[in-house]
Amino acid sequence: MKKLLGIFGLLIVVFTATALINDKFVSAYNLENLISWTSLFGIISIGVAFVIITGGIDLSIGSVIGLVGSLMAWLLTHKGWSVPATLLAVVLVSLFIGLSHGLLITKVRLQPFVVTLCGLLLYRGITRYITDDQSQGFGSSFDGLRQLAIGKLQITGTFALPFSVFILLAVAVLAHVFLERTIWGRYLLALGRNETAARFSGIDTDRMKILAYVICSLVAGVGGILFSLNLNSIQPSGLGEFYELYAIAAAVLGGCSLRGGEGTIIGVIIGTAVMRVLYNAINILGIPTHLEFAIIGAVILAGVVADELVKRLAAKRAAARQLEAK
Amino acid sequence: MAAVLEARSLSKRFPGVRALHDVSLTLERGEVLAVIGENGAGKSTLMKILAGVQEPDSGEILLEGKSVRIDSVRAAEHLGIALIHQELNLADNLDVASNIFLGREPQRFGFVHRGQLYSNSTRFLEQVGLDCSPRTLVSTLSLGRQQMVEIAKALSAKARVLIMDEPTSSLSQHETEQLYRVIKELRSRGVSIVYISHRLGEVKELADRVVVLRDGENAGELQDDQINHDAMVKLMVGRELVIHRSIRCEPDHSSSGESQIRLTPDATMALEARALRTPANPRHELNFTLRPGEIVGVAGLVGAGRTELLRVLFGIDRAQGGEVRIAGKLVEVRSPMDAIRAGLALVPEDRKQQGVILEMAVGENTTLVSLNRQSRAGFRNSWREDEIAGRMTKQLNVKTPSLGQFVQYLSGGNQQKVALAKWLALEPKVLLLDEPTRGIDVGAKQEIYRLMEELAGRGVAILFVSSEMEEVLRMSDRTLVMCQGRIAGELSRGELTEEAVMRLATNQGRH
Repeated sequence: MKKLLGIFGLLIVVFTATALINDKFVSAYNLENLISWTSLFGIISIGVAFVIITGGIDLSIGSVIGLVGSLMAWLLTHKGWSVPATLLAVVLVSLFIGLSHGLLITKVRLQPFVVTLCGLLLYRGITRYITDDQSQGFGSSFDGLRQLAIGKLQITGTFALPFSVFILLAVAVLAHVFLERTIWGRYLLALGRNETAARFSGIDTDRMKILAYVICSLVAGVGGILFSLNLNSIQPSGLGEFYELYAIAAAVLGGCSLRGGEGTIIGVIIGTAVMRVLYNAINILGIPTHLEFAIIGAVILAGVVADELVKRLAAKRAAARQLEAK
Repeated sequence: MAAVLEARSLSKRFPGVRALHDVSLTLERGEVLAVIGENGAGKSTLMKILAGVQEPDSGEILLEGKSVRIDSVRAAEHLGIALIHQELNLADNLDVASNIFLGREPQRFGFVHRGQLYSNSTRFLEQVGLDCSPRTLVSTLSLGRQQMVEIAKALSAKARVLIMDEPTSSLSQHETEQLYRVIKELRSRGVSIVYISHRLGEVKELADRVVVLRDGENAGELQDDQINHDAMVKLMVGRELVIHRSIRCEPDHSSSGESQIRLTPDATMALEARALRTPANPRHELNFTLRPGEIVGVAGLVGAGRTELLRVLFGIDRAQGGEVRIAGKLVEVRSPMDAIRAGLALVPEDRKQQGVILEMAVGENTTLVSLNRQSRAGFRNSWREDEIAGRMTKQLNVKTPSLGQFVQYLSGGNQQKVALAKWLALEPKVLLLDEPTRGIDVGAKQEIYRLMEELAGRGVAILFVSSEMEEVLRMSDRTLVMCQGRIAGELSRGELTEEAVMRLATNQGRH
């Protein structure tokens, strides 16, 4: 709880500071943009959080987004597939990828880092091959579908809420309920903390890990669909590049420990928001873009250090409470 | 002439445990001194002190009459004391000569003189009778030969005292004989050897003198002809041979402690193992049964295969053969999930790594195993969970400020209670316990014993592995004694004495 308040506080601080310095920050146009991107990135960060909670990692998310996005545009425009068939196809591809990761990691006992790193390279290569490295797009024929990603709900005269927020909310609610209120969520957290003890308690750790990777890739696939619909001009070589890093950073900033066993969905969303706000603020405030990475990196580092310090404090308190209980 | 090594009144305490108290020993030049004792008698603490790994709280050590302080392994090495570990301490990616001179290579300005390295090593290889080239990669050598390299290493460091800790535990018959030869050869050359072993046969063969430790104190010494199996066992065990009455006597049974009284004559076995073979000891077939409500202890020395037995029963390791029946039904247990479904429960030896999840709350740990049962369509019911966790922790008297406290902050005894509590809601048919009260305080011990008896009273069959004699004597209806991977014998309550257990555990057979 303290962790969440801390990072939420950080979000408020950066937000208000930037708003005060430059009121273009709070213009309707900018806010809509900010919310839209936060939603899209938030979705994929939630996906990766599941994997991180099991103590693993998924470096292939960006490439999956690239593959799914490019494939979708390509199937719709170059191959003339129907929308339902295309959506089904890309969902199946994501599912297959997640399943492969899970099986390689649990049955063949390969390390998640290695498996997903290879995935990162493989899927990007496949994407470029299938599309012949040609830029993809939806043109004007799929405006209806594109509404998913770029549609907005008019709230006030000037401000409209992007639809993607609702998709984020749906994903977030499902993820939160799964993690906090079902037995499988508890199993994931347990196995992330101590896989051996979890196994000895009768948890099917292999199956749970596979599930985590499937969820992650599936969600990345959904992200891929939305990102590509949003952008409309898709470079197979570039779509989604580095997105896995943003997702992981957001998850870590939001409280997921890379050691596993820790994390909340709300934290991940706030973490994503902080990163997006920072990115946006840097642009709006005219800070040179070459500092962009440096600043974001510094903020994440500060966040993780603060997290560690808070944990130590909590440990001291808990130990003290224990002594009193004797 | 002063003894090579003399330890006077060494004492060492660890939190809650008195490892050594006023222990003395002398080691003469060119002698093989065996140090024996039960698990936990203090042998390894004593060796660690002599080798510089630990320092004693009080007492002194004299080397050839002069008082010395061994405050580090380096210091011990300089004094000529070398410890040959049970788990060898070699860099197996380097060759033999490099290992022998590790840290003491002939060098100039940091550059190793390779020629000298190899030529110097041949002398020591000869001393231990190792006929391989000094350039051989250690990883390609058999364990027995690796051990020779370790000894050569110690000799090259001018060791006058070699401490060998269970040296033959991983050696073949042939390698063991080779080791004996080397030890006798070294002895004739004036090297003194301290030999720690459970294998009393070896001790009889090699030792000039035997020092026996019991409960951290000197229990006696034997010389030359006095060294025989019976004498050693008697000193190791020493306590008054009284059978502890079971405190499980229920008011309507006689207090003879006979386990059969509690059971109906035609009860199905809770667990039946036939020709069970563990991966650790695949050549031995294990056969035993457990009746519902029976508490069976599994005694034996470290390495006898007891934990391996529990691991196979619970599905952590795959059985190499044989079959297991639970409540009369044949079961195939290939994973802990299968085991749990079959009605088994396990409280493992390693509490912190396997028994509980330290960085999770008491409540969460307690409900982890039975989560499935308390949920509906996968959704957890927090109220029910808290209620059950509350009940379990109260029943076991787990001291914690709240159910939300992380288990890592609990004392060892309370952690163990949590490790046990989580199975209660599941109502297992067979409860497997591996060293259930190791390292926990007296109060918690009593509570766990009480719980064991309560569960037995409810019909749960309990199989517990224990290295604590008193515990086995007190709790067992029947005792299985394991030795070197097989069940050496079974003792009924009437036959249960420490001596009887020791005899079976050290492979001497029944009387």
